[in-house]
Amino acid sequence: MKVTLRLFSIAKEMAGFEEREVEVASGAQAGAVLDILTGLNPRFTDWRGSLRLAVNQEYVPEGHLLRPGDEVAIIPPVSGG
Amino acid sequence: MVTMLDERQVKNIRLTREEIKRYGRHLIIPEVGLEGQKKLKAAGVLIVGAGGLGSPLALYLAAAGIGRIGIVDFDVVDASNLQRQVLHTTRDVGRPKLQSAKEHMEALNPNVAVDTYPTSLNSENALEIFEPYDVIVDGTDNFPTRYLVNDACVLLGKPNVYGSIFRFEGQASVFATKEGPCYRCLYPEPPPPGLVPSCAEGGVLGVLPGIVGTIQANETVKLLLGIGNPLVGRLMLFDALEMQFRELKLRKNPECPVCGNNPSITELIDYQAFCGVTPGPKVDGNEFEITVEEFKRKLDDGEDVFVLDVREPHEYEIVNIGGMLIPLGELPNRVRELDSARSIVVHCHVGGRSRRAVEFLREIGFRKARNLAGGIDKWAEKVDTSLARY
Repeated sequence: MKVTLRLFSIAKEMAGFEEREVEVASGAQAGAVLDILTGLNPRFTDWRGSLRLAVNQEYVPEGHLLRPGDEVAIIPPVSGG
Repeated sequence: MVTMLDERQVKNIRLTREEIKRYGRHLIIPEVGLEGQKKLKAAGVLIVGAGGLGSPLALYLAAAGIGRIGIVDFDVVDASNLQRQVLHTTRDVGRPKLQSAKEHMEALNPNVAVDTYPTSLNSENALEIFEPYDVIVDGTDNFPTRYLVNDACVLLGKPNVYGSIFRFEGQASVFATKEGPCYRCLYPEPPPPGLVPSCAEGGVLGVLPGIVGTIQANETVKLLLGIGNPLVGRLMLFDALEMQFRELKLRKNPECPVCGNNPSITELIDYQAFCGVTPGPKVDGNEFEITVEEFKRKLDDGEDVFVLDVREPHEYEIVNIGGMLIPLGELPNRVRELDSARSIVVHCHVGGRSRRAVEFLREIGFRKARNLAGGIDKWAEKVDTSLARY
């Protein structure tokens, strides 16, 4: 099934895109998109513990079940002030 | 609705004729009115950081007539701050930020009492500094202090008006209210040190902290007045390039180590250690880092040193010392271009990215790679003053 991946701040720069439709297995969990990102850029591995996932504008844990057409956003922490 | 202030506290407050004139445009809005303006006068707000976010915060909160405003910052004004830190002016370069902040705020509104804390906030002083204030506003620029501000707010039961920026994007929320989540509910774990670039390393659009900081000021005023719908349980994400605001719903995490049902953190901890920031290795005589002076001596002595610059091409264009340019992100794929037998001095702008590069290089066998402490900026400051600094 297809879901839309939307990336913020440094995640956007590391992946090289802001928004993209990606294919995940039917019944996949939200964390599956992190595997896709790690495949694109291995540096995502270091980040895994501190990236937040939101599905359809709601903060979810990695185990959240995805449905076709969901928007999965990756929100890294930023610290600038 | 959040009501912050004790009613008795507000009852004894009077506005002078000058204040009534000054705050006239507040007084005629029913949601603020005389009562609201008295609440603002009775209130105390602490701003942590007098930088990009702290600038609009200090100015707008002073203008709004908050009775007491504290500011914490230990830094001095640098010319590179002025592109965004509108609290300071060109003639303030080299002065403590709190001096220019206090002057500017008092000039704007002499009715405001400005408390300055020229110190680095830490686990020993945070609770004492926070205690007298009703709302704490987080305008810091690093993760250890963000976790410290959050935990201190939770422990004291004070709202944490949060804002954070990166290049063209900003985040804001109100954490640590009774009913809402805290910063740790959102980000339980800090990122490994060095992974998220600071404003100094990654750059930031100067207008951005103006937008995010005024959002924080707005939320602070709303909390104190007890009006509107505060940014509790919502993370606001702002993208200046797309000019888009998005919102993410947050939930309080019942297992949160500080605000959850069975908190394991009941007093402030060592936040540097929590964020994996180890005290930097000693610079002189240490294998990992090299000072600009030592590097200069090696070059003068004609030693064989290969210089690697891990900044981005557009930074290289601003100023360089002739090193080979491989941006940090490309290093893993281009490492074959380097000779592990040679002495390599790696530099970036101020030393953060090059530290990561040296850690990486050493892991894969480059034993003679060393980090230039302070980067090209330190080199331009101490060794070759003809070079541009940015």
